[in-house]
Amino acid sequence: MSTDSTISRRALFMKLGILFNGLVAAALAVPVVRFLLSPIVRGRANGYLSWVSLGSVSQFPEGETRLATFRNPYVTPTDGKTADTACWVRRIEAQQFQIFAINCAHLGCPVRWFPQSGLFMCPCHGGAYYQDGARASGPPERGLFEYPHAIRDGLIMIQAGELPTPGSPTASLLGKKLPCA
Amino acid sequence: MRLIAQIGDWFDRRLQIAAPIREIAEHPVPKSTASWWYVFGSAALVVFILQLVTGIMLAFVYVPSASEAWNSLQSLNHDIALGWFIRALHGWGSNFMVAIVLIHMVQVFLFGAYKFPRELTWIVGVFLLLMTLGMAFTGQVLRFDQDAYWGLGIGASIASRVPFLGSAIVKLMLGGPIIAGATLSRFFALHVFVIPGLLIAFVGVHLLMVLKLGINEWPMPGRIVKKATYEKEYHELTHRDGAPFVPYAVWKDLFFAAFILLAVAACAAFFGPFGPTGQPDPTIIQTAPKPDYFFLWLYAVLSFLPPSMETPALLIGPVILIGALLLLPFLSGEGEKSWRRRPIAVLSILLIAVTLATFTHLAGYTPWSPHMNAWSGDLIPARFLQHRTALQRQGALVFQAKQCHNCHALGPDGGQRGPALDSVAVQLTQDQLIRQVIQGGGNMPAYGKNLSPAETTALVAFLQTLHPAGQAPARDSSQAAALAKRGEN
Repeated sequence: MSTDSTISRRALFMKLGILFNGLVAAALAVPVVRFLLSPIVRGRANGYLSWVSLGSVSQFPEGETRLATFRNPYVTPTDGKTADTACWVRRIEAQQFQIFAINCAHLGCPVRWFPQSGLFMCPCHGGAYYQDGARASGPPERGLFEYPHAIRDGLIMIQAGELPTPGSPTASLLGKKLPCA
Repeated sequence: MRLIAQIGDWFDRRLQIAAPIREIAEHPVPKSTASWWYVFGSAALVVFILQLVTGIMLAFVYVPSASEAWNSLQSLNHDIALGWFIRALHGWGSNFMVAIVLIHMVQVFLFGAYKFPRELTWIVGVFLLLMTLGMAFTGQVLRFDQDAYWGLGIGASIASRVPFLGSAIVKLMLGGPIIAGATLSRFFALHVFVIPGLLIAFVGVHLLMVLKLGINEWPMPGRIVKKATYEKEYHELTHRDGAPFVPYAVWKDLFFAAFILLAVAACAAFFGPFGPTGQPDPTIIQTAPKPDYFFLWLYAVLSFLPPSMETPALLIGPVILIGALLLLPFLSGEGEKSWRRRPIAVLSILLIAVTLATFTHLAGYTPWSPHMNAWSGDLIPARFLQHRTALQRQGALVFQAKQCHNCHALGPDGGQRGPALDSVAVQLTQDQLIRQVIQGGGNMPAYGKNLSPAETTALVAFLQTLHPAGQAPARDSSQAAALAKRGEN
């Protein structure tokens, strides 16, 4: 016979059962959360950024801005065409380059280069940039994103791997560090 | 007939659901609710079921892989018998569902149905609206084409603006550092499992509350909702002036549901499926991405926000909007239900409708975007070129070659990003024109570095001819006075 101050055997077992399930759920939650956060954790551990080649320096005439494409350094087997990325390569003179992300600094649409007027124009919301990537007009808050770059063995290399966005302009934040020589 | 009844009895002795179903079907509703205004909720449910069925059929063929999705949609459109029609039903069903959910919400709001005791029904409904919009967005992503690809880029750019967590949220949303295979896979899981699962659960709760609390009565001006007395009044209403839902009111729901399904099918057969547009290849940059119909207003808003306002508006705006919708039944849970006595409610709906319609209309022709091909493709009307000097015509060439036409209209053609220049010479003097061209300003880029002095001279000479026949071009009278003075000396 149980009184108010004691607990019955059944009720105790039920509470223990709930506790047991809670412990198992908490233990299982660890790998589940780790799995769900893997895109972030993986980026922190190894980093998504690598140096990739855009081809020979000689492909890019001095004083001109040309479209170049590269395969994103981090790929998965089902990426297909989406891992191919475009960027604008401006060769100012001999060894002086600027490499701009294709993504508008407003909301990421692909900007187009107009050599005649020396402007990059965005088709989405009308952002415009000067030839050096500085903001010219429209809704963008800043200039075009730039990839850090270097010239090695006659190849123009950029550090890429993440989609540049207004909140995380990966390339610009890293500055222009040269790859380890 | 007797055999069918016997089989029915056999099942019901084991399932025991005939009685509760009959009770639900025949529950009394106020006679005033057997109205054509009360059919939108059931129509939304019917279209949702259509979406489930057509969605499952599409999943038989669709391949949720970034490298194959676009091809599998082509296969649905062209290779599989009536694949195009099922895609079209699903696409049009989506548009109808968003529209009907919005109309249902407006009706519920104007009829005061969110007031006591139906506050939670409204709150669950707000989540149902958000999930419906979530289905519309994720569905657009599954149509893995150029619009989907760059639409994801816009989504990532917005998410990235969240302070501190932006970068992590983008990686979670994309499933990695870029828009690629992992992105499509997780949007597939969201669109096919996560959101529909939640939708089904929330629809169940929503319906349960409609049954338990009873359908909102037709609001009469002057009949005030009070927490102390409402439930008793409603009970009296349903029993004194009520009728069983089946068949008294249900026939209108049935007719409207069939009509909506027919309308979806007609649109699908007549207009066909949506896209897919070009392949999702980020190296093809000759594209002007646009969202689906129900997000066009947002696309327009994003082009009008001043740069400094954008991040706060994007991050705080949705919180305020959703918060206001969720708080509504707590802020006005009692009182007048009838729209005839709630002018602010009616005006709010009108204001929101006009605002959304205006932005959607603007997004239809995007006056804020440069016309990328105007400089090479659009004409300068002949009247602007006749009887002009060689220098002025040279200026017209500069106008085209330097892509001024992309942002400025001349006659009917050209961009609308900047002002039309048909009569610019009346508004700006020669000096002002030169300064505007070289230094830019007022949202116009500076062209100083890209125009030689000779080109600038020619361009300004052309711009000075742009004035209506009887009107003289603007001129700086102080300059004229100074010149006259010099002449005197």
